[in-house]
Amino acid sequence: MDVPVLKQGHFLIATVQSALTDADLAQLRRSLVEQVGKFRSRGVIVDVTAVDVLDSFACRTLRDIAHMAGFRGAETVIVGIHPELAFTMVQLGLSLEGVATALDLEEGLAYLQERTTPAARKSSPLATRGAGRGPVSRGQR
Amino acid sequence: MPTRGTPTPNISTATATATAEAASTLLRELVAHLRQNRTQLREEWARRITEAELLTAMTKEEIFAEATSVYDNYVEALETGTFEALQAYARNLSERIIPRGVETHEVVGIVLLLRDVLARSLFAKYQTDFTKLNRILDAYEPAANRIANTVAVGFVQERERIIREQQEAIRELSTPVLQVRERLLILPIIGVIDPQRARQLTEQLLRGIRTNRAKVVVIDITGVAAMDATVANHLVQTVEASRLLGATVIVTGLSPEIAQTLVTIGVDLGKMTTVGDLQGGIEEAERLLGYKVVPFVEGAVEA
Repeated sequence: MDVPVLKQGHFLIATVQSALTDADLAQLRRSLVEQVGKFRSRGVIVDVTAVDVLDSFACRTLRDIAHMAGFRGAETVIVGIHPELAFTMVQLGLSLEGVATALDLEEGLAYLQERTTPAARKSSPLATRGAGRGPVSRGQR
Repeated sequence: MPTRGTPTPNISTATATATAEAASTLLRELVAHLRQNRTQLREEWARRITEAELLTAMTKEEIFAEATSVYDNYVEALETGTFEALQAYARNLSERIIPRGVETHEVVGIVLLLRDVLARSLFAKYQTDFTKLNRILDAYEPAANRIANTVAVGFVQERERIIREQQEAIRELSTPVLQVRERLLILPIIGVIDPQRARQLTEQLLRGIRTNRAKVVVIDITGVAAMDATVANHLVQTVEASRLLGATVIVTGLSPEIAQTLVTIGVDLGKMTTVGDLQGGIEEAERLLGYKVVPFVEGAVEA
């Protein structure tokens, strides 16, 4: 099943609506990374609210998307991980290290807003959350 | 041999019906007897309850009032053979008397006393006709046993329900998730954390993050003297899971023993923010959220 990717200003929003096969995940990764360049996006949000299970491949793909988009100049946030899912993921050792996460779409947008507005970047301490974890290219900007 | 086989069940059915009819006639007679002697038997029963020092938490009047209700329900259950009304009454009675400290043996005791009182009155009535007495008792015993059973089980179930509720309440109380400021939660943990409590704690915390839309959580474990490696690991996992929900966790008040455990199991310090005490933790959380606490100076003009 294809994941719809919406463009919202400088950001791309991909809403995963059902369990994805490995092929779907690869397709999502390809299309997101392509569109980051095409639309000159500054941020990517992957919304997994509707997802009950994330396996290791899915986690790795999400991490890859974040890093690849980072290399192409966009910050990635994974939003909407359920509490139960979060703990299961951690127990399985899939903690999405180096990837920013937020509670829901709204939070994710707020986070990207803060990260990509130069003025806000200095004044709001929370915006630096995840620094050091994130892709290098981003940090050196 | 169907032709010969057929009549036999008919006869036995007929016999069964006849027996059932006889039994129900006897039961009717029995119920009539209990109705007639209601006042006297009730008084006798209440007297024996007091004598046996059961239901000491209740006054004489209360015992008599309850005895009357139980008696009437009892007779009704005997008459109709249905136990729903009695069951409901037993549950209701239990609900009222359990908080007053009535024990299981007292409830079982009073029901058995009633059974005894009624059986004695039957003996007295039919002592001249031994066959009849036997048949009356045959009809009475199973029903009386079932009634005693129903009441006792109802009482025990009610007690168990109350215990479960209290356990639930204690569990909820023992790990409060408190909101101190917009988007800032505090989770003070006191006492011993076993794996089961740790799991429940995590669930509550993650749910709390979601409902309060928390950005920062301070977990204060000043009140926890030590934890084993399993629980320490669980704590680390909780911190990481909270991050997946978009919240930063600050752990405060680690005792030397717990610090030792964390070092022993090799927890990566980069994964966990720790601050010495709760005060420092809250200050750090406020800083992360962009709050600044300044002393209030009397008379100062606000800028």
